[in-house]
Amino acid sequence: MATKILEKRLIRDPDVFYFKLDAPHIARAANPGQFVIVRLHDSGERIPLSLADINPEEGTISLIIMSVGKTSAEFVSMNEGDTIRDLCGPLGQPTHINKLGKVIVVGGGFGVAPLFPIARGFKRAGNQVIAIMGARSEDLLIYEKEMGTVCDEVLVTTDDGSKGIKGVVTIALERELEKGDTDLVIAVGPAIMMKFVAFTTKSFNVKTMVSLNPIMVDGSGMCGACRVSVGGKTRFACTDGPDFDGHEVDWDLLMSRQRMYLSEEKESFDAWKARHQHMLVEPS
Amino acid sequence: MTDEKKKERPKLIPYRVPMPEQDPKARGANFKEVATGYTVEEALKEAERCIKCARPQCIKGCPVQVPIKEFIELLQEQDFQGAINKIKETNILPAVCGRVCPQEDQCEKVCVIGRKVEPVAIGRLERFAADWEREHGQKAEVVVAPPTGKKVAIVGSGPSGVTCASDLARLGHKVTMFEALHEPGGVLLYGIPEFRLPKDIVKEEIDALTDLGVDIVTNAVVGKLMTVDDLLERDGYDAVFIGTGAGLPNFMGIEGENLNGVYSANEFLTRANLMKAYDFPNVDTPVKVGAKVVVVGGGNVAMDAVRTALRLGAGEASIIYRRSEEELPARVEEVHHAKDEGIRFEMLTSPTGVVGEDGWVTALRCIRMELGEPDDSGRRRPIPIEGSELDVPADIVIMAIGTGANPLVPQSTKDLELNRWGYIVADEKTGRTTREGVYAGGDIVTGSATVILAMGAGRDSAAAIHRYIMGEPEEELAEDVSSEGLKQA
Repeated sequence: MATKILEKRLIRDPDVFYFKLDAPHIARAANPGQFVIVRLHDSGERIPLSLADINPEEGTISLIIMSVGKTSAEFVSMNEGDTIRDLCGPLGQPTHINKLGKVIVVGGGFGVAPLFPIARGFKRAGNQVIAIMGARSEDLLIYEKEMGTVCDEVLVTTDDGSKGIKGVVTIALERELEKGDTDLVIAVGPAIMMKFVAFTTKSFNVKTMVSLNPIMVDGSGMCGACRVSVGGKTRFACTDGPDFDGHEVDWDLLMSRQRMYLSEEKESFDAWKARHQHMLVEPS
Repeated sequence: MTDEKKKERPKLIPYRVPMPEQDPKARGANFKEVATGYTVEEALKEAERCIKCARPQCIKGCPVQVPIKEFIELLQEQDFQGAINKIKETNILPAVCGRVCPQEDQCEKVCVIGRKVEPVAIGRLERFAADWEREHGQKAEVVVAPPTGKKVAIVGSGPSGVTCASDLARLGHKVTMFEALHEPGGVLLYGIPEFRLPKDIVKEEIDALTDLGVDIVTNAVVGKLMTVDDLLERDGYDAVFIGTGAGLPNFMGIEGENLNGVYSANEFLTRANLMKAYDFPNVDTPVKVGAKVVVVGGGNVAMDAVRTALRLGAGEASIIYRRSEEELPARVEEVHHAKDEGIRFEMLTSPTGVVGEDGWVTALRCIRMELGEPDDSGRRRPIPIEGSELDVPADIVIMAIGTGANPLVPQSTKDLELNRWGYIVADEKTGRTTREGVYAGGDIVTGSATVILAMGAGRDSAAAIHRYIMGEPEEELAEDVSSEGLKQA
């Protein structure tokens, strides 16, 4: 059954978009930290996408898409009123949300989007929630305002110092951890960022959950494409995760497996670009 | 014995009519069906070999009791429509079963003439009848009982779910079938390759369900989008049938198994079949096939994977199996086909690790085995030969060593008893589980088995569900179906 795009909004010029989808059944069942699998059309691939928002009253879910490859480029070329061929979810285990005290959520790049419902969940559960958001520069930062509405404090880091603290997220994180009152850190974003967040929190002995994003096919435990190694054991990110203890994850394996189809992804994207020059938004 | 009686004894025709096949060289490079099917003449010639025994054994060897003698008799009379109608009395998927059933272990194994000569090629004749109908037949008028006002949910659209849905819809119930993937068909679609079971056939069978008024909801992962409890308590279903199969791929737990280039057979076949990766980059899903593909395992899924790899362009495709050829669990016919196509068989060889470089597999580390005393399965136990380690060069390794129970539905359903492997405990005759109104059948109850057994279970459950929702007495229902109860039975 096809899913209708209700709203499309440019989040960051020119390549990051917000999409609101008409998905009442998924919205009713979904919880923060879960994901969906999308297949845009009959010859499309199945890709996992984290939920950026869930609105059961309205019957909608939201996704943030950055154009980085063929499927995401096709996605951001779609418009309000268009339909997505297949939308499957919610999948994965929800983030375990309870009242702990002080929770730091760390996001990088467009990975901050799924942090929004997670941060809101922890805030509603009565926690002090601090967000640390990193980007290369101010103009690449997304979702800062939205995060401000559900967090007690938002700390921004930029590589070039154009906004907030100059440097990477772990600098801001370290400063917060030094206060000694953090109960939990949650990191969502590129694997390399999550790896260094986990590395940082390890020395402070603060529990750290990360949301892993390996390649998936079915997303329901049937294929094993998404296997990751956690605590020396092979786990399926789609059904056992996506959240795992960041101190136990084999990061190098995750990053290596994420690169498995790099050449095919390029071939597919190049062929598409050659056919769709007019639709392309070039990443800045 | 008198001379007269001797004359009456039918003359046995020793050899079966061979199945026409695509040339092995040619078919190794295409995905078209390998066995092309009997012509009318061939089918009639083979049907003549049936001696119409007074006490046929074949029907007893069939998990759904197809009236084999009767349908072959109709073939002999050239009443092809009659023959297929006869088969369909008990089997709604004859085009599928005629292709993928292990007849050599079922009906053909007990065929009476098989004691003296080759048994009648029952599977080939079943396929002929089904294919004849697809090409020439009159689409039988769909007979559906008046609506009963009862709603049944079917979880999973594989062989057991399809059969259960079909039977219940015919009885007038409103049936909704939920499928996790984007297309219905289950293992018939994602698992069994086109060259063994053309997907048009699966599609036709699914369309037949829609004609019966069955609603099919794809992209619906029960256990996530809704639970079985939601279906019963919130959504107003009177009963639920769980036919989710055994879809969780097993890995060996050896070092290097997560290297790039190591697939489960499920993933490899899903990419190739469901996602049509053979057509990349015209479709978006890729699959890796290197010069050397090594498949670990000896079952039908292993054969499907290795033959698919060959067709996707593997220079060399091999099977690695820890026992000897005699113990290969795959159908003899599939092994034979694989060999004809040039698949290599490394028998008595067991993997001990995956060797890699820069994150990618380069070889499968193995040890040679010899056969010792029989184990619990009755097969001779393979024992490693000390000092016989070897590295088998590999660009792609595919693990086809079986599947387990997917926990999504069992673990999200209240009061559902599972056995120690995570399969659902269900009554053998009715599929009734420990949860009232919930029935289960197929691989999620038995563990990996065959299409036909799953269909049989779907059919039995449909009958039991019908009695349950119509409030009809059900003797078996009085029995305790917990594992304790089953043990006592």
